[in-house]
Amino acid sequence: MIRIIIGTAAAAALAACSATAGPKPKSAASDAPAKKGPGKNKGYDHNPYPSTYKPYPGVPTLLTNVTILDGEGGKIERGAVLFRDGKIVEVGQSIAAPEGATVIDGAGKYVTPGIIDVHSHLGDYPTPSVSAHSDGNEATGPVTPEVWAEHSVWPQDPGFSRALANGGVTTLQILPGSANLFGGRGVTLKNVYARTMQGMKFPGAPYGLKMACGENPKRVYGGKGRMPSTRMGNIAVDRQTWARAQDYKKRWDRYEENGGEPPARDMAMDTLRGVLAGEIIVHNHCYRADEMAIVLDMAKEFGYKVGTFHHAVEAYKIADLLKANGTCAAVWADWWGFKMESYDAVSENLAILEREGACGMIHSDDANGIQRLNQEIAKVRAAAKRAGFVIPEEIAWKWAAITPAKALGIDQVTGSLKAGKMADVVLWNGNPFSVYTRPEKVWVDGALLFDMHNPKLRPVSDFELGQPGSGDVK
Amino acid sequence: MKKLLIAAAAMGAAFPAAAQTVAVTNARLVVGDGSAPVEGGTVVVRDGRVVAAGANVSVPAGVPVVDAGGRWVTPGLFAGFSRVGIVEVDGVSETDDSAAGGSPFNAAIDVSPAVNPKTSAITVNRAEGITRAVVAPEARGSVFAGQGAIIDLGVDMDAVSKPRAFQFMVYGEEGGRRAGGSRPAAIAMLKNILFEVRDYARAPASFADRGKDALLTRADAQALVPVVTGQVPLLVHVERASDILVVLDLKREVPALKLVLVGANEGWTVARQIAAAKVPVLASALSDLPASFEQLAATQSNIGRMQAAGVLVGIGMINDDEARQARLIKQYAGNLVALTKVPGASGLDWGQAFATISSRPAEAMGVGGDYGSLRPGRRGDVVVWDGDPLEIGTAAVRVFIDGVEQPIETRQDQLRKRYFDPKEGALPKAYQR
Repeated sequence: MIRIIIGTAAAAALAACSATAGPKPKSAASDAPAKKGPGKNKGYDHNPYPSTYKPYPGVPTLLTNVTILDGEGGKIERGAVLFRDGKIVEVGQSIAAPEGATVIDGAGKYVTPGIIDVHSHLGDYPTPSVSAHSDGNEATGPVTPEVWAEHSVWPQDPGFSRALANGGVTTLQILPGSANLFGGRGVTLKNVYARTMQGMKFPGAPYGLKMACGENPKRVYGGKGRMPSTRMGNIAVDRQTWARAQDYKKRWDRYEENGGEPPARDMAMDTLRGVLAGEIIVHNHCYRADEMAIVLDMAKEFGYKVGTFHHAVEAYKIADLLKANGTCAAVWADWWGFKMESYDAVSENLAILEREGACGMIHSDDANGIQRLNQEIAKVRAAAKRAGFVIPEEIAWKWAAITPAKALGIDQVTGSLKAGKMADVVLWNGNPFSVYTRPEKVWVDGALLFDMHNPKLRPVSDFELGQPGSGDVK
Repeated sequence: MKKLLIAAAAMGAAFPAAAQTVAVTNARLVVGDGSAPVEGGTVVVRDGRVVAAGANVSVPAGVPVVDAGGRWVTPGLFAGFSRVGIVEVDGVSETDDSAAGGSPFNAAIDVSPAVNPKTSAITVNRAEGITRAVVAPEARGSVFAGQGAIIDLGVDMDAVSKPRAFQFMVYGEEGGRRAGGSRPAAIAMLKNILFEVRDYARAPASFADRGKDALLTRADAQALVPVVTGQVPLLVHVERASDILVVLDLKREVPALKLVLVGANEGWTVARQIAAAKVPVLASALSDLPASFEQLAATQSNIGRMQAAGVLVGIGMINDDEARQARLIKQYAGNLVALTKVPGASGLDWGQAFATISSRPAEAMGVGGDYGSLRPGRRGDVVVWDGDPLEIGTAAVRVFIDGVEQPIETRQDQLRKRYFDPKEGALPKAYQR
């Protein structure tokens, strides 16, 4: 079960009490209870770089006469959505406009929750792609759970604006790359420009851990003449690392409960302890069916859960296994053939998962692809229909909404148009499954942050200011 | 809609080469010249060439008829720039014939012998209506990469439609890298190579071939003669506005040069100059990020703005997808139409957008008389679609190349069938075919 980390800093009381080993000295205090430890999860700060994101101001807004895909499998034709003070207030067939609300007639248009992309390298492999900005893979060793993608995120990446304006993306997870077996922590961001990474950080979102199986780690490290250089080497290093993590967890759990000398602090092991404790979600890059099956067994061996396999090109071959394990797959519509492990891609991958009742979602892993995720899920829907499996629009939209929200542990607060949730909303200028449609307006927490009809609501990052093409419609 | 399924063993044999005469009737017909579709259209192909295509075309006696049932019928799509057919798996270097870093040759390199009609990319892209492709080598030790070809994506073993169809050169950041570290070094290399080509052309027998110590072997010089005489186009990968102007300026030095720009992400900022020089462009589509300092002004409106300025522009794919995903050009073209509804953006109407993946890239390559449209005399590449070919999810139902119907089942179809129900039955999956 994933716990949400509260936005305020957790107590960092490191009690330096000493455990008494022998009989207590006789004194007035001799009947006092033995010194307890600092308490569960209080041994060190679990949220030392907290989010400072604050929603921007908005106005009460009512969309009417619009086709609603609520992101959880619901569809309303010619319906209404009302949001105010950053939250969805009501979604229904017809809603009376409150006094002073901005009313937008959505005739011929669609409204959906903002798209959520669970796999992006915006910020840590930003554009321009120069080596000074190449911060996504700490490829100096295969086991780096101590690095956190957020410490590489450049908030001025122009890619964020494209994802917003062309793609309708309002939330995204920035992950380390896949050179390493343990790549490091990911971070979930609101797609809202800020001066600092903390200013973009999604408040209260749990952390992710990026792992990778398959060709990349063994190619990168085999090429350096070190382990892993084979798939069996990949798993061996993984297992040894989890064993160390279990030991670390035991020592810290014991200290937090009983007190005494705190064990030595290890940033890498902190992350893995978080996974074992169910606080940090595993996002595992893995293409081949057989390798995913091995990883699922490894997770059982060490008592952790794989949240989502990423890319999972062969997920369709083991849809039943993924469903039985409650593990999701985040996939592309039609990438194939660039590596041996992507050779068996089929366009119906996500559709087969849906049909088998397994958890599947779309993802981009690409600064261009993130601008067209609505088109990518349209491809899957069409391929499925040709294969004899009809997936309604409102079901397919889950792949870009509630399902990635759940995968990121933020589905209580976003990922669907439901009363009480964050008003992360996209008004599309047509049917979003069509190549001819684009986002018309995008709101994050009820603030209008993109409007295709208003050049002032088109963000330009610091980098692009004053450059050729600055301020252009991209 | 039914894809034409054939037994794997019979692939090729079920589609005799003799069947080059066919008429497709009852079509929502797209000719591919920039005009809008017409209803009730007919295409007649005889001996592999289009005889007529339009609304009031009669079918001669004895010609087999394919009734399109009102569906969209278009010319086969023309991939303006790609590496389809010379790469199987990008990450497996033995299967990648696009570049040779250890070779002493550059301009002489000819991709045509490497084109393999059995490449997965050819089957997958044919199945989505791509019938011809420009296939280019990659540069390594020089600014010149070698001689590219125009291929067809048919199932038969004769894949090369036009060998040594163009020379490919790189400028900009990549050109600088190939020439030792800077753009001026690339220009110096180019100028020196041009001197040597002129020497070779004047007296081939006495050209001093210094082998791998030279910038240019005899074979490379020979390959460049038709480039400097304008018989063969020179495709140049260039992105930055100032670099484009430098490339256009090469025509002052070599007036016969038939230049074609590839990529040209900042082309819109110097569109007037490109149009005035009458140089066609095979532009990247939907490139809108400042991926490098050469493309700071990149915008999806690039193609629309160049077209509006009078540039002949088709879509070319020069990116990570170039070896396998030519089929995406339909999605790119559809997106250019979407831009017409975005204030401040420059898009293309449907007919113009379709032309960027059919007639225009063929014209840019100087082969518009043979490919890319259903105008009379062109090769009989015809596709029947189950919907608007630019819309997401439309499938090619029937594909003809040179009037010969093509199989369009891929190994991905076979994988899907095997795993549509993932569980094993009475036998392992390996027995399920």
